[in-house]
Amino acid sequence: MNSVVCIKRVPETAEATLKIAPDGKKLEEENLVFSLNDADNYALEQALLLQEEFDGDVTVISVGPPETDEIIRMALAKGATNAIRIHHDDISKLDASAVASLLAEQIKDLDYDVVFTGAFASDDAFSLVGTMLARKLEIPHITMAIEMKQDDEDEAEISRELEGGLIAKYRIKFPAVITVQTGMNEPRYASILGIKRASQKEVDVVDDPTIPENKVQLEKISYPPEGKKAEILSGTPEETSSRLAEILKQKGII
Amino acid sequence: MNKDIFVVIEHRQERIADVSYELLTKGYQIAEKLGGEVIAVLLADDGDQMAQSLKSYADKVLYIKNEIFKNLHSEYYCDALSSIIGERKPALILFGHTVDSFEVAPALAEQLGIPIISNCVDFDIDGDFVRATVPLYGGKINGEYSFNAENGGIISVIPGAFKVENPQKSGEIEKIEFTFEKEYDDKEFIEFIEAAAGEIDITQAEKIVAIGRGVKDEENIDMIKDFADSIGAVLACSRPIVDAGWLPKERQVGSSGKTVKPKLYIALGISGAFQHISGIKSDTIIAVNKDPNAPIFKVAHYGIVDDMFKVIPALKAKIEEMK
Ligand SMILES: Cc1cc2nc3c(=O)[nH]c(=O)nc-3n(C[C@H](O)[C@H](O)[C@H](O)COP(=O)(O)OP(=O)(O)OC[C@H]3O[C@@H](n4cnc5c(N)ncnc54)[C@H](O)[C@@H]3O)c2cc1C
Repeated sequence: MNSVVCIKRVPETAEATLKIAPDGKKLEEENLVFSLNDADNYALEQALLLQEEFDGDVTVISVGPPETDEIIRMALAKGATNAIRIHHDDISKLDASAVASLLAEQIKDLDYDVVFTGAFASDDAFSLVGTMLARKLEIPHITMAIEMKQDDEDEAEISRELEGGLIAKYRIKFPAVITVQTGMNEPRYASILGIKRASQKEVDVVDDPTIPENKVQLEKISYPPEGKKAEILSGTPEETSSRLAEILKQKGII
Repeated sequence: MNKDIFVVIEHRQERIADVSYELLTKGYQIAEKLGGEVIAVLLADDGDQMAQSLKSYADKVLYIKNEIFKNLHSEYYCDALSSIIGERKPALILFGHTVDSFEVAPALAEQLGIPIISNCVDFDIDGDFVRATVPLYGGKINGEYSFNAENGGIISVIPGAFKVENPQKSGEIEKIEFTFEKEYDDKEFIEFIEAAAGEIDITQAEKIVAIGRGVKDEENIDMIKDFADSIGAVLACSRPIVDAGWLPKERQVGSSGKTVKPKLYIALGISGAFQHISGIKSDTIIAVNKDPNAPIFKVAHYGIVDDMFKVIPALKAKIEEMK
């Protein structure tokens, strides 16, 4: 049973100070660390689990600049068997439908049963590419999968996680696209041996893909307006915590 | 294109989602500008009552009835919506940015060959030019996206972005018994499964200490738990803590977890993604975060920009002193 996993390289921004580049459309990348998108990591793990159970190939595929090879190599180190990078210098210039087209153009000629993607990427959180990709491949899709149960290679039971933690269970026949929500499994770490092996594997690069026209344009990015803000207590931890303790006492909370 | 705004109503187990009312309200601002109407589009099986409750919020309720709409199936949803949209050509189609719209809206955009911007907090239209604001990087940056709505377009908006106002309309209900030409047997709804109750109900807690990814290591949780115990608070968390298996699902606050309403909510190492803060209803929110730009400081009442592992021991000692 063969799977394809679509992965995206994203900056780690939770703790970083973000600066907007002079073109006003992307971040200054100098001080940013990039890694595999969180949900994609769970998607990759699900494909590797299927491979353990049913054998077959796991092909990872990504659209991006040569630096994307870092996350591709990581996926190979964990056990992916094949890798494709569709070259694009600046993916912030592509809309979701264009990314889905680029992916579909390559995936359609592969021999696959399931295509996994993350349910969303941590940068724009659009949640669009997976579903659009299914449409371009003309196969069914399930989004926000949190559990997958499978007795044979033709179909699976997939649980979608809805608001409030409610689960909606579906049955889906393959080939299909499944978008994976974080927490679906326990992603493995790459072993030293895996990393060594991965460094010898080939990444197929699609050098000059035909870039589809965007329907949606990115006009600019900006810092959010200041707006409402917490009263910030400043000082040493002793000072701030003592001030906070007073506030809590005044309010009768403690 | 005509000038109407379609709002695709989200409902589950016979309850209409709040975001649908928010979109109907926003829809009026946009429709007024265009000189069009706001149409609530309800795909349902047993939807008479829901249609009634939408009447005062819309110029028209388009109730598309079929047994299949009892539970969400994206392909049937898309076929019905594209057929209606193809006929009536609304200027814009609005969805809530919810788990069900992830399943439907992008497929519909592809089926109709029209643009979509999702995850929006605001949008506007100027002639055919649609502009929308999207929080990027967990809300630390805003993105402005645009499309040409000459052939229509889809916008999906984060729940809670707009306030609900009842425009006191008395929209007529147009009921259409819909029949399908195509069948889709490669995907099938089986059942709903409620989240397991678990051993603790954080929705009843008066005080909550919540940890996020900033806690860094499972081993650090004990120290925070001690602090929570010492002030009589219940320990809760953001989603990544549950994803990592460090705390059970029942302790997760947010859109895919629980909505809590404690007197005191202390957020430690939580960035403040909308999916998290939509689950907090509290008069006193305190945030401790190393990053002065963390969005959590926009919803907190008091904030400390520092390392939680320095602040919490000091705070624990201070509170003990005061006892
Ligand atoms: C459909 C869907 C549903 C979701 N449902 C939920 C949900 O129900 N609940 C939920 O929480 N999330 C949910 N999420 C995920 C959500 O989008 C965020 O990814 C998540 O809330 C981030 O968690 P976090 O703030 O703990 O982590 P991060 O965003 O990684 O933030 C960690 C924070 O810790 C700070 N920090 C690090 N070290 C320290 C330190 N030593 N001291 C102080 N601060 C420190 C950092 O500055 C940073 O701000 C959902 C996402 C989707 C797509």
